[in-house]
Amino acid sequence: MLGKLTWAAVPFDQPIPLIAAAAVGIILLGVMGWIVAKGHLPYLWREWITSVDHKRIGIMYCLLAAVMLLRGFADALMMRSQQALAYNAPGYLPPDHYNQIFSAHGTLMIFFVSMPFVIGLMNFAMPLQLGIRDVAFPTLNSVSFWLTATGALLVNISLVVGEFARTGWLPYPPLSEMTYSPGVGVDYYLWALQISGVGTLMSGVNLVTTILKIHAPGMTYLRMPMFCWTSLASNLLIVAAFPILTATLAMLMLDRYLGFHFFTNEAGGNPMMFMNLIWAWGHPEVYILVLPVFGVFSEVVSTFSQKPLFGYRSMVLATMVIFVLAFSVWLHHFFTMGAGGDVNAIFGILSMIIAVPTGVKVFNWLFTMYGGRVIFDTPMMWAVGFMVTFVIGGMTGVLLAVPPADFVLHNSLFLVAHFHNVVIGGVLFGAFAGYTYWFPKAFGFRLDERLGKAAFWCWLVGFYVAFMPLYIVGLQGMTRRMQHYDVAAWRPWLLLAAVGALVILAGIVLQVAQLVVSIRNRESLRDVTGDPWNGRSLEWATSSPPPDFNFAVLPVVTGEEAYWSMKERAREQVQAKQEEPAYAEIEMPRNSPTGFICAFFATIFGFAMIWYIWWMAIAALVCSFATFVVFAWRNRTEYVITAEEVARIDRAHRAVQDRAYAAMQAAQ
Amino acid sequence: MSITAHGQEHAADLHDRRGGDTAPGDEPKGGSEIADGVRSYLVGFGLAVLLTCVSFFVAGTSLVWQPSIPVALFVLAVAQMGVHLVFFLHLNTGADAVNNVMALAFGVLIVILLIAGSLWIMSNLNHNMLRMDQIMQMQR
Repeated sequence: MLGKLTWAAVPFDQPIPLIAAAAVGIILLGVMGWIVAKGHLPYLWREWITSVDHKRIGIMYCLLAAVMLLRGFADALMMRSQQALAYNAPGYLPPDHYNQIFSAHGTLMIFFVSMPFVIGLMNFAMPLQLGIRDVAFPTLNSVSFWLTATGALLVNISLVVGEFARTGWLPYPPLSEMTYSPGVGVDYYLWALQISGVGTLMSGVNLVTTILKIHAPGMTYLRMPMFCWTSLASNLLIVAAFPILTATLAMLMLDRYLGFHFFTNEAGGNPMMFMNLIWAWGHPEVYILVLPVFGVFSEVVSTFSQKPLFGYRSMVLATMVIFVLAFSVWLHHFFTMGAGGDVNAIFGILSMIIAVPTGVKVFNWLFTMYGGRVIFDTPMMWAVGFMVTFVIGGMTGVLLAVPPADFVLHNSLFLVAHFHNVVIGGVLFGAFAGYTYWFPKAFGFRLDERLGKAAFWCWLVGFYVAFMPLYIVGLQGMTRRMQHYDVAAWRPWLLLAAVGALVILAGIVLQVAQLVVSIRNRESLRDVTGDPWNGRSLEWATSSPPPDFNFAVLPVVTGEEAYWSMKERAREQVQAKQEEPAYAEIEMPRNSPTGFICAFFATIFGFAMIWYIWWMAIAALVCSFATFVVFAWRNRTEYVITAEEVARIDRAHRAVQDRAYAAMQAAQ
Repeated sequence: MSITAHGQEHAADLHDRRGGDTAPGDEPKGGSEIADGVRSYLVGFGLAVLLTCVSFFVAGTSLVWQPSIPVALFVLAVAQMGVHLVFFLHLNTGADAVNNVMALAFGVLIVILLIAGSLWIMSNLNHNMLRMDQIMQMQR
C-alpha cells in the first residue's frame, strides 16, 4: 500500500535531524497558524500564491532562495563545526549523517538558493527594464516557480522522512547506483531535481521569448540594459543545458528503477559517461548563475558611479563569448579521470580563454568607476567586494585549469575554496547587491543602510576568514568531504575556518535584522519618487512599487540608458510638467491557481515515486494533467483595467515625478 | 485600441530592427493566402515522401556500389531535415526569420559540441584506460 514507506523511515534514533525538523515544523506551523488566525490567508491566496504578475513571482523566487539559504547555511555551520572537532576524534556527526549534510548543502545552495535568486531577480527586474507589462507566458511563469518550490520541499522532506543522498551534490555512479545506494536518498535528489528542472527549463523558455519578442517601442537589442543582455545569455544557456541534466538524471533513474545499465560498472555500462554528461550541463550551469549577476553589477556600478557603463558593446560581446565558450570547457571538471594529454590540453586552454572575456568585464567595471563620482551605498559595497573577491577566485580558477596543477589539487579543499570563492564572491554577493538595489522598487521603501553595510562587512571578512584557510589546507593535501582527520597541521586552519563561518553567521543575522528594522522604519525609508538611486534604466521610470501594469503607457526608447535620457530631456525642458499621454484601457492576465495546484500534485507524485507508491504516483500524475486540461479550457484569460483607473494611478505618480524633475532643475 | 499586456501589437506595429520577427508557423499579417500555405505543405509532403521512398529503395538495392549506401542514406537524411525545416517549420532566409535561424544555428552548434566532444573524450578515455572487467581481472 505505501511502498517502501514505514515508520522506520523517520529517524527517531538520530536526535539532530529530528530536533532540527521539529524546530522547523513548529516555526512553519506557527507562521501558518498566525496567517490563518489573522485572516491573511485569502489575501495570500489571491495576491501571491495564484499571482501571475512577474514582479510577485520574482519576489517569491527570492524569498524561497533566502529561506533555503538559511537551511543551506545551517548545513555549512555543521560541517565547519564537525571538522573543527573531528581531529583524532569522531566529532558529533556520524559519517552517514555528515555525508548527507554535504550533499544537501551543495544541492540546496546551487539549485534552491543561487538558481531561484538569479531567476527571481531576472523575473522581477528584466520586464521592467525592457519597459513591458509582463513576461511572455505569465501563467507558465507561476507554474515554473511552484515546481521549483516543489523541488525545495522534497529536499527538505528528506530531512524527516527517509534520508538524503550521501553521494555529494552530483550523484556520481557507481556510488549512486542501486548496488551502493539502496536507500531513498538518491531518489529524493533525482526527483527533486527533475521536477524543479522542468520549472527552470520553462522559466528559461519564458524569459528568452520575453527578451526576443517583447519590448517597449524603440528598445532595440543594443539599447537593452546590460542586465537584460546577461539574462538573455543565461536563459539561452538554461534552454540549451538543462535538457542535458534532465536526460542524464533520467538515465540514472532508469538504472535505479528499472535495472538499466547506462552507468553501471558491469553489463556494458560506463560511469564515466555520467561524469561527461553531467558536466556538459554543469559547466554552463556555472555561467547560468554568474552571468545575471554580472548584469546586476553592471547596473549597480554604473548607477552608483553616476556614469554610463564603460564599453557597453564590448560588454555585450564579452557576455556572448562567455555564453558560447561555456559549452566547450566541461572536461576541466574531470581532468584526472584518465583522458590523454591532448584532450586535457585543449580543454585546459579553452578554460583559460574564458578568463579573457571575464577580464574584459572586470576592466569595464573599473573604468566605469574611474572618473565617476562613486556613491558607496550598500549595493555598491557588494559590487566592490565582488570585484576584489571574484578576481582572486578567478585566478585560482585559471590555476586549476592547468591540467598538471589540477592533478595535484583535484578533489582537495583548494578546489572547494575556489568554487566558494566565485560562487559566494560572485553569485551570492551579486544576489545581495541586486536585492538591496531593487528592494525599494519592489516594496516602496529602502533597506536600512547602516545594517546593510555591517552585514556586508561581516560577509566579506567572514568569507576570507572561512575560505582562505581552506586554500591552505587544500595545498597541504586535505581532500574534500572528510568526516574526520588526524593531521595536526590542518587543525588550526580548520578552527580558523569555523570562526569565519561564525562571522558569516553574524552577517546573516544582521541581514535579517536589516529586513526587520527596515520594515519597522518603512515610513522614514519610503521611496516616494520611484527613483531612489538616481537610476538610468526604465524600471526607475515607474512608481515604487510599480502598478500591476508596470507602465501606464509603454515608454518610447530613443537610445541607451532610456530613463536617464528621459530625465535629461525633462531637465532641459522649460516647463517642469510632463505632457499627459492619452490613456487607454489595459488588459492584464488573470491570476491562476494552475501553478500551485500543479506543483501540489507534482510534490505528491515525486514523493510517491521516491517511496515506490505506484497508485499514488499515477493518481497524482493524472490530477496534474487534469489541472492543465482545466486551465486550457478556461474562457476568460484577461481582465481589463479601465483608462480612468490607469489615468488615476499614473497621474499620482506623474505629479511626484514632476516635483522631482522640478527639484533637479532648481538644483542646476 | 486596447494595448495587450504583452505589447505584442506594439511589436507588430513597430518597424525597428527586431519588430518584424514572427514565430515559426506564424504567418505575417495579411500577407499570404491560405492556398499558398497549403501548396507549400503539399510540396513539402511530396518531397518528404519522395526522400523516404528513395531511402528505403537505396537501402535494399544492389544497383549502387555497396559501400556508398551509408553515405547516400546520410545525404538523404540531411535533405529530409532540410525539407522539414523549410516547408513544415517555415525556416527561411527572410529578414523576419533571423531569430529562428540564429536559434537553429545555436542549437546545431551545441549539439555538435556536445556530441563531438563526448565522442572524443570517451574514445580517448577508452584508449587510455583499461576496461573495468580487465582491471578486475588484473586485481585477481
